Amino acid sequence: MLSAPSQPALQAVAGMLPEVGHFALILALVLATMQAVLPLLGAQRGVDAWMRVARPAAYGQLLFVVLAFGVLMHAFVVHDFSVAYVARNSNSLLPFRYCIAAVWGAHEGSLLLWILILALWTGAVATFSRALPRPVIARVLGVMGLVSVGFLLFTLLTSNPFARVLPAAAEGADLNPLLQDPGLIMHPPILYSGYVGFTVAFAFAIAALLDGKVDARWVRWSRPWTNVAWALLTCGIALGSWWAYYELGWGGWWFWDPVENASFMPWLAGTALLHSQAVTEKRGSFRGWTLLLAIAAFSLSLLGTFLVRSGVITSVHSFAADPARGLFILTFLGIVIGGSLLLYALRAPRDDDGAPFALASRETLILANNLLLTTACAMVLIGTLFPLFADALHLGRYSVGPPYFGSMFMLLMAPLVLLLPFGPLTRWQREQASLPVKLLLPWLLLALLGGGIAFVALPNAAWKTVAGIVVGVWLATGTLRFVRRRLAMKGQRFTAEMLGMSFAHIGVAVFFFGVLMTESTSVQKDVAVARGQRIEAAGYAFRFDGVEHATGPNYVADHGSVTVFHGDRQIAILHPEKRQYAAGGQIMTETAIDPALSRDLYVALGEPVDANGGWALRVYVKPWVRCIWLGALLMALGGFTAAFDRRFRRRHVQVG
Amino acid sequence: MNPTRKRRLGFVLLALLAIGVAGGLVIVALQHNVRYLLTPTDISAGQAADKQLFRLGGVVCEGSLRRTTGTLAVRFVVTDRVHQIPVRYTGILPDLFREGQSIIATGHMAADGFRADEILAKHDETYMPKEVADAIAKGRTLPHTPCAAPP
Repeated sequence: MLSAPSQPALQAVAGMLPEVGHFALILALVLATMQAVLPLLGAQRGVDAWMRVARPAAYGQLLFVVLAFGVLMHAFVVHDFSVAYVARNSNSLLPFRYCIAAVWGAHEGSLLLWILILALWTGAVATFSRALPRPVIARVLGVMGLVSVGFLLFTLLTSNPFARVLPAAAEGADLNPLLQDPGLIMHPPILYSGYVGFTVAFAFAIAALLDGKVDARWVRWSRPWTNVAWALLTCGIALGSWWAYYELGWGGWWFWDPVENASFMPWLAGTALLHSQAVTEKRGSFRGWTLLLAIAAFSLSLLGTFLVRSGVITSVHSFAADPARGLFILTFLGIVIGGSLLLYALRAPRDDDGAPFALASRETLILANNLLLTTACAMVLIGTLFPLFADALHLGRYSVGPPYFGSMFMLLMAPLVLLLPFGPLTRWQREQASLPVKLLLPWLLLALLGGGIAFVALPNAAWKTVAGIVVGVWLATGTLRFVRRRLAMKGQRFTAEMLGMSFAHIGVAVFFFGVLMTESTSVQKDVAVARGQRIEAAGYAFRFDGVEHATGPNYVADHGSVTVFHGDRQIAILHPEKRQYAAGGQIMTETAIDPALSRDLYVALGEPVDANGGWALRVYVKPWVRCIWLGALLMALGGFTAAFDRRFRRRHVQVG
Repeated sequence: MNPTRKRRLGFVLLALLAIGVAGGLVIVALQHNVRYLLTPTDISAGQAADKQLFRLGGVVCEGSLRRTTGTLAVRFVVTDRVHQIPVRYTGILPDLFREGQSIIATGHMAADGFRADEILAKHDETYMPKEVADAIAKGRTLPHTPCAAPP
């Protein structure tokens, strides 16, 4: 129990917390500036004391950013509606877990999350890089500090999350109901961890350029970080896709929406970067290319932030629309991309002293991988930005449809799929082309045989079904062939890096299998149903048992019941809902899904169609749709596994 | 030419070829998959005549929604407050579809109006395509036309 006099004092402090948060952000900016300027100058001039500032400044910045973030979270939890951002994005009826998620539910808070995650990455780099030469770590932390300065300035100047509304709002608006979902609590933090993680690869690349010594060492240092960032980005994208699948109620798992593309472009560039880093580290080749990819992956992450957060592209996900902020990010983007490309032009290695390689070699295959992935990335970039440019240049308002992206990917992924199993089985530098072909030919034939059987056995099988089986079997068995061959070699370790690669490549197999099977065999039925009516779809019977009224914590709902039968056996009772949220009155569809590895049964309520309890009902049977996310998770697992390879933990002996 | 140069030349040619092919494909794909956005005013000015598929943007006219019992077929009128276009659609309407709300419908023109294959109502309730907003602003200065019932 508090004594009487101290209570008002305590309340006064609690009441001032948002100002404390604001002040903490300003202090973080000061420390970030120190972390950027002193170590970079120190490394350039060889002043040891200045370089030593990097680490404590990074920890200090992290401390104040955590404080600011905690204060904002506290404001949401205690419903402090005198803070404008809290009043706009939450409500006293909002359940506790969504109060936490609301912190990053809109523009200001998600920027703060970006800054927090950058500070966490910076702290991690500062902690786990003690073996690095001091000028290197000073430069890396310095560059990360510069990025942090940019984002802190952006937040403080244009998007202060702690701005007050006086007098305080009596009640908040609400968190966008689309975001009131468990999948969306974790989606932004994981996705951002991936985005922001590419900052580390970028910082190492810039440090190497500043240093002038672009050798295999900087790549070895930055590889585990790139792997972890890429794996997190993979998880984040998969989570977003899964959320769109069940929350938007259209049953699609990818829409080629600009916001999705924004996260996919850094992923494509990052995937190319992972592979090209491996070549640079082990063979010394592709050094300039690896530097460029590191710059590109990070720039595309920034572009992603710009596309999503400035509202230039109005899309289903766009919660913020403020072009004034876009100008800041555009300038920032210009400085980062322009500056790093200028630095690259001035300092990039002119001589290519990597080991020479023949046409038939792993280097060539990875080069093909890189060309295909970066081309795919460029395709997405063009398709995403074309409507923007057309609009800005008054050429009219266009949209680029999913068929553009779909056909482009089909073309580009086909050679990638064909070549993928050859990569691990082909030696560096020089290989007799006949050897990997001899090893893999039986498995290619097996895959084609599987496709042939499917074509004959399944009446009216779509070509995509056949392709799904061929691609899945080819990639999986081809990868396992490498595993078997490697395990059979006496005295050779099966490294964590190889294990990670095998996981990831099998993930690709599972992913493509899921995509092609779902696309070709899904059954969708939109029907008007009366109570008790049965709908047949793909061997399942869905009985509509009517709709009842239900009440949730902050919404009222029409609560439907659908019983699913397979033959005479009852499989599941599904409860799709149509919710109306109390604050704001938005209507949301909650789908109901009975999941299984081989098929999802998916129902969603449309709208009432007559006065007798008849409803529009959407029924899906989606075979193998889970494989899409399972494949992505396997890829991510591969990224994490490879990051823990022993070679990256080896203490670096200082040479020269 | 020494082998290194030869190899490099090969790679450069390969890269140029790849860029050329990719560029060509992008142009072809864009030509087939770009959709124009038209308002009812644009359509009455004859702009839809040469287009197979396009997007229609506008507001769902108040009181114009009609259903055919027992099916998902709906008819309604889309307006930019200057001109009106009757629309037919069969399927589930999006959550934010309401009379008086702005929508974007993808489809083609038929003899009796617009046939929509897909209807989007933006999740952002204040969202309205700029052209539609402009047309509506212009429409305010004209004498008010009430919503007609769909055919």
